[in-house]
Amino acid sequence: MTAKPLQVPGDSAFYRWGALGIVVIIAALWELAVRTHVASGMFVPAPSEIFRELAQGLWGGSLLTALGTTALRVVSGLLIGGLAGALFGLLMGASRRLSRLLNPLIAAVHPIPKLSLLPLFMVFFGLGETPKVIVVSAAAFFPMLLSTMAGVRHIAAVHFDAARTYGASRRQLITSVVIPGSVPMMLSGLRLAANIAFLSAIAVEMVAAKNGLGAEVWLAWQVLRLDELFATLVVIAAVGVVVNFALRRLSRRIAPWLTARELTI
Amino acid sequence: MPLRSTGVMPSPSQPTQSDLTLRLQCDDVGCIYESRSGAVRALQNVSFTAQGQEIVSIVGPSGCGKSTLLRIVAGLQAPTSGRVSFEGNGPDDRPRCGLVFQEAGVFPWMTVLDNLAFGLAMRGVARAERVDRAMDVAVRLGLNGFLYHYPRELSVGMRQRVDIGRAFVADAPILLMDEPFGALDAQTRRVLQEELLSIWHASQKLVLFITHDIDEAVLLADRVIVLSGRPGMVRDEITVPLRRPRDLARDRSRIHELTSHIWQLLEADVRRELSIPR
Repeated sequence: MTAKPLQVPGDSAFYRWGALGIVVIIAALWELAVRTHVASGMFVPAPSEIFRELAQGLWGGSLLTALGTTALRVVSGLLIGGLAGALFGLLMGASRRLSRLLNPLIAAVHPIPKLSLLPLFMVFFGLGETPKVIVVSAAAFFPMLLSTMAGVRHIAAVHFDAARTYGASRRQLITSVVIPGSVPMMLSGLRLAANIAFLSAIAVEMVAAKNGLGAEVWLAWQVLRLDELFATLVVIAAVGVVVNFALRRLSRRIAPWLTARELTI
Repeated sequence: MPLRSTGVMPSPSQPTQSDLTLRLQCDDVGCIYESRSGAVRALQNVSFTAQGQEIVSIVGPSGCGKSTLLRIVAGLQAPTSGRVSFEGNGPDDRPRCGLVFQEAGVFPWMTVLDNLAFGLAMRGVARAERVDRAMDVAVRLGLNGFLYHYPRELSVGMRQRVDIGRAFVADAPILLMDEPFGALDAQTRRVLQEELLSIWHASQKLVLFITHDIDEAVLLADRVIVLSGRPGMVRDEITVPLRRPRDLARDRSRIHELTSHIWQLLEADVRRELSIPR
């Protein structure tokens, strides 16, 4: 007896091409609307215009420079805030006492939009890069901290029991149980942190920077260059897609024992 | 079908433990948990000894504190009263123990090989030797084709084999098993019981085996300690007079006699635990 294997919906190329198709259809309708003057090209530049502007910006370098500046801020903030968050998350996950001690402080600071701390940091650190990177770091810190802490807490008690009976020292317990056991949650924390860091960097640049993607957006608004504005937004969206894709690949590399489902949490 | 436990398998490369005098003694062990609804007595006045290379089974109704007892013996938890002592193990008190769990005891983030060699890694044994010794056990447990797989890629029965293998590779003189076959189907369990006996025979360790399966207890153990319902107390200690290798067909009537005797000891407690009167 032969049975045709069922098509697994998640795997089929239909969805990949379908998703792309939707974008193409929207762009085509948009273009059509502008060309037929249903929408005014002054306020809503046609996709072809945006694309030309985009190519120019990337070619000529202004968008590329802005992208580099923003990327530097995001990466430094992610490194500082992410590492600190992971470290504190591990410590607080492992030690009830420490987490009881620090939880109230964290509960109080976490809900503050980190952008609103920018003026304060500018008073302390001047108008240079430092306050900007600190805001991005602070934004990345919390999701990493909370995810890592939850990750440590979710490690099954049997794994600690096993490690201890087989003679693991405190250090071995951390390197062979606590860290690998919390990796799944740390990875999802990293993805959250990366997205929030990017978001915060753009926001910081909109209010207080002369360069970077956020500054480009703001500048485009001020001189009402909507094609430029849209081109910058396209770059921002593209960065988001690329970063998320890269992080998913990285996760699979770092934690090959996880199922696809665990990786997407 | 005979349960093989004679030299069917090659003897292991590591020297067998010559701790003939290794002796585990539990004296009046009691354990009380504080819970929101007050103190819960898990164990009360549990005393028994086990020594040399015997397999001692502990059976009892669920919730009677069997696992707690095992954790106390392993040193993961201190008894509220009484004490656990060891003899014949030199200066430091508690000898190394290997612990096998009911399920999900293996580390999901380590390959089969790293799981098997975990105990050796914790003791700082060099990688090459770890691999060698893990391979030995892997071959005997039929895991050698899966050394670089992760546990999630294995069946439940295979994962249990990894857990058991990990305990044997660690080469601890005492093996503590907490219903290691509890989550398996009957046929897999039967095969793994045989595998356990054969690998045990080749290495001769003291095994403390917790189970709720009376047949399993009688089949595997030299002695069966029967615990009462909560708080767990030793109801009886039964010596299994069957010589090894045991044969389910040949020993059927004796096994049946022993299991029904143990069931008589347990039934009232089990029914009380379930609130189903006779």
